[in-house]
Amino acid sequence: MKVPFSWLKEFVDIDITPQELEEKLFGCGFEVEELIDLSAEISRVVVGEITHMEKQEGTDHLHLCRVNCGEYGEDLAITTGAPNIFVGALVPVALDNSTLPGGITIKARKMQGVLSNGMMCSGAELGLNDDWYPGSEVYGLLIMNGDPNAVPGRDICEVVGLNDYIFDISITANRPDCQSILGIAREVAALLNKPLKMPATDFTCPAEPDPTIHVRVEAPDLCPRYLAHYVRNIHPGESPRWMRRHLALAGLRSINNVVDITNHTLIEIGQPMHAFDLSHVAGRSIIVRRAAEGEQITTLDEKEFTLNPNNLVICDAEKPVALAGIMGGLNSEIESDTTELLFECATFARDSIRKTSRALGQSSDSSARYEKGVDQYSTELGLKRALHLIQELDCGDITPTCFDCAANPNQARKVIRVMPAQINSVLGIEVSEDVIRDILTRLDFGVNADSPIWEVSVPRYRDDVEGFPDLAEEVIREYGYDHIVPTFLQSAAVTNGGMTVDQKNQLKLKRLLAGQGFYEASTLAFYAVSDLDMMHFPQDAPERRAIRILNPISENLSIMRTTLVPSMLNVIVDNLKKGNNEGRLFELSNVYRPESLPLTAAPDERLTLAVGAFGPEENFFTMKGAMEAIAASFDLQFTYERAAVPYLHPGISANVLCNGVQIGVFGKLANEITGELKIAKDEKNSQNIYLAELDYAALAANFSASYRYKPMSPFAPVKRDLALVCDEATACGDIENTIRGASPLVRAVSLFDVYRGKNLGEGKKSMAFSIELHDSEKELSPEAAERAFKKILSNLKFKMGIEMR
Amino acid sequence: MQNVINELAERVKADLAGVTSKETLASFWQEYLSKNGKVPALMKGLKNVAADQRPAMGKIINEFKGQVQAQYDEAAARIQAAELAARNAAEAVDITMPAKTRAMGGLHPITLVKNQIIDVFAGMGFEIFEGPEIEDDDHNFTRLNVPKNHPARDMQDTFYLSDELLLRTHTSPGQIRVMDRGELPIKVLVPGRVFRSDSDATHSPMFHQMEGLVVDKGITLCDLQGMLDSFVQSLFGSETRTRLRPSYFPFTEPSVEVDVSCFECGGKGCSLCKGTGWIEILGGGVVNRRVLENCNIDPDVYSGFAFGIGIERIAMLKYGINNMGLLFENDLRFLKQF
Repeated sequence: MKVPFSWLKEFVDIDITPQELEEKLFGCGFEVEELIDLSAEISRVVVGEITHMEKQEGTDHLHLCRVNCGEYGEDLAITTGAPNIFVGALVPVALDNSTLPGGITIKARKMQGVLSNGMMCSGAELGLNDDWYPGSEVYGLLIMNGDPNAVPGRDICEVVGLNDYIFDISITANRPDCQSILGIAREVAALLNKPLKMPATDFTCPAEPDPTIHVRVEAPDLCPRYLAHYVRNIHPGESPRWMRRHLALAGLRSINNVVDITNHTLIEIGQPMHAFDLSHVAGRSIIVRRAAEGEQITTLDEKEFTLNPNNLVICDAEKPVALAGIMGGLNSEIESDTTELLFECATFARDSIRKTSRALGQSSDSSARYEKGVDQYSTELGLKRALHLIQELDCGDITPTCFDCAANPNQARKVIRVMPAQINSVLGIEVSEDVIRDILTRLDFGVNADSPIWEVSVPRYRDDVEGFPDLAEEVIREYGYDHIVPTFLQSAAVTNGGMTVDQKNQLKLKRLLAGQGFYEASTLAFYAVSDLDMMHFPQDAPERRAIRILNPISENLSIMRTTLVPSMLNVIVDNLKKGNNEGRLFELSNVYRPESLPLTAAPDERLTLAVGAFGPEENFFTMKGAMEAIAASFDLQFTYERAAVPYLHPGISANVLCNGVQIGVFGKLANEITGELKIAKDEKNSQNIYLAELDYAALAANFSASYRYKPMSPFAPVKRDLALVCDEATACGDIENTIRGASPLVRAVSLFDVYRGKNLGEGKKSMAFSIELHDSEKELSPEAAERAFKKILSNLKFKMGIEMR
Repeated sequence: MQNVINELAERVKADLAGVTSKETLASFWQEYLSKNGKVPALMKGLKNVAADQRPAMGKIINEFKGQVQAQYDEAAARIQAAELAARNAAEAVDITMPAKTRAMGGLHPITLVKNQIIDVFAGMGFEIFEGPEIEDDDHNFTRLNVPKNHPARDMQDTFYLSDELLLRTHTSPGQIRVMDRGELPIKVLVPGRVFRSDSDATHSPMFHQMEGLVVDKGITLCDLQGMLDSFVQSLFGSETRTRLRPSYFPFTEPSVEVDVSCFECGGKGCSLCKGTGWIEILGGGVVNRRVLENCNIDPDVYSGFAFGIGIERIAMLKYGINNMGLLFENDLRFLKQF
């Protein structure tokens, strides 16, 4: 809300500086986002009187003038090319080293060989128009003759009214009553404890009534209040200077006094108005109703809309003539031949206006105001104020023909019964009854403190005040939050705090991965269908069953994630593009699995771990190492089997199983996907991307609640290394399993070398295992160990055809 | 015989001078001190010495043998030292070469800040609750005193998934879920990701919040400020103060914006606090009676306060990050700094 300081002062005798007022407004809940000094860009520009002028020699359009600038020089030589000068003209003079809007600096300089001690200015050069100051838009200099304030040497900002400030105030959503100059003035009056000078609202109705006019509201839920007043003999004219200046301060241009009055009422009272030219209203009837399905209207900006019953329209006897609260229909403008007007002043339901405005993509100052909420007090006041101005500005003859359609005829103030102690119980401090009463009274609340339970009546414009906590807020924001004394839960019970076991496990997993060299990433919860395409998920893949956002920011962020791997791949690609040639990343985040689509119930939010690694150092086994580290840290055993997922290399990928249940998958990014990535193809790092995705919930299902100490065996193990020759295709895990299966004494099996050589024969390899035998019951005898190794070798030979090297 | 010894002594002296390595040392030993060496051979020559002179000559020979052995030992020690020095020299490293470390990864700065905040409040008896990210209208708005048609819904641009389901716009629905458990008193912290449909230089469509809620008997606005004082002092230093100023949230009444005294300049005014001495960090207030009623808690018996912290904001302030986008770019050069 932009509030001019000078306009505020018309309502309240403000005896503090704008800066002090800004401070006070901030303290009571009205943050001034910007305090705009209208004169900030203008300095050393004063009124000058041209005392002498002559054509400058050697030029055809320049005049050399002598200018009286009072204390700044009574006889300054200044050159000008302006055509409208004359001796005796009072003009703005930008002196040597002066500044003008737009960051312009004026210095004394030679023009065509003659020193000019500054510049005489036009209205435009001062950033003015005719509403700001008459004559500002003439071609040539701003001529101020006739203005008693235009005295040579006087600061131009004082003369043209630029010595003013605009408060750009942020208004919270609960205070629509402050979306007007009057609303802010009420707050300022209370804040400074000064009387509020209400704007004049008196008028008489001398003109003939018109009994043929009818007004009816058929949708009182969307239009709780509709006032209309008939004015005859409309004769639009120019608005007076004070009104034009008000509009200019609000950033509006003056049109004519009738239109200006409606705009002025919107800014001053916060009440949007509309005026209907009755000569264009069929049947001289106004009906406020929901639009019929498919009904059409063309608004005055010549846009056509097809409506539905969600849209409130103002209709005449035949058709819609206005989109309620948003914009009038075509041809409803006040024309030069307009002779009679029905002024509309209404309260429309803010949600209805907002929805219609959004749905149609049509908005106006009026709809913007309605969306914030207009109260019925302002509706009544606004109409009275407008009619007063119509009479004051003599733009028409007010008739007694008026209408008041109220959904709820009871317009009495809401009453809150409250004990002062209740107010203090919210605040936690003791504000005295006198102070509470004084603050509430200043804010225009009625306070009846005759009994211990006070009756506090709420101003009709304060729809937000509902109970004693609201009154407590009114009290403390005026009394000052610095009166709050910090306490530390004096009355609260002691509670046990901290994370749950599951939260601690998640953190443990994150820290473990960080310890393995992975950095935690944070990516958005939504992405695009094209991200699933990137991973080559087939059309019937479960990952394609994604929840769509009904109102996404863009198609790129339109579906909820069903898998984290596309996001992880995108992070890796982004890093490669930035020249980060290697890295390890992880993310622990939700994927969203709908039970049914379209969504009818809250979906399964499944915490999922994505791991990514890229760069020359990475391979399948570094990723497998990360998996094993996870298993080890939670005391689990993972097993692996070949995986077949569309986005991973079929030969370099594995399913991860825990207790026989698949919990995830990892491996190298499929060659065909790597080839499609928009990254440099010759970069060897970029061709080496590994991804993993684990279902955290499935993993966590295997976590044991507690760990028990396992005693260490006093008996030494027997170790032996075996070098075995096998076919190239033989899997290490199969050999391991055979060795383990051969004897219960086998405690550990680990591969420590793989050798390939001509001496082994074509298609053969040698794998060397270190085997550890152990008996937890007794010392293992050499004979028993020998028997076990023999059994291992025979099983390898007969089950797998593998012999010692 | 004496002449022979003298001559041998001369040769020993000359040969020892040529001993510079283990190998030459060994040949010296072989030549002079081994079983068949020249020094033990002297003893064999003793039989040619007159019998009466044999004891004296034997003593001389033994003394000579002792001298040679001592000279040998000295040379051996010298060579050992020289060889150790040579080996050390050969093994010496360029200590200015870059260090090799085991590459540690790290947690995201959001996680770090989140954990830090959790630590502070856990110590004050707050449990940690995480609600769903996909919420229904009822929890996200209606029961938080934001009924349909309420203007506060305009304050939050909501992503809808269906008529009823949406991406939570704040962590406040966690308040409702905790109060619905029906256990009092309540001290809870609700961290989580939240979603709003605006995206520009200063907004991300997804960000992180931390909701705090206390419900007990006799809780006031003073308690809110006391607890927040304690929080900001843990996070920003013991000199930090808070300032409350009026604001509006539908689920609290009164509602406040909370500023902290600028921890860069201590309140004198600097570029971080834009010269005001204060930095806005969170919003809160006394829990609206309607919200308590919506959760079947008697507002005449219980009261509470709630607050909501933007974790990105705290992380940016704490680490001096001037662009929120960096927190979601996942550039490793950025992530490695924390």
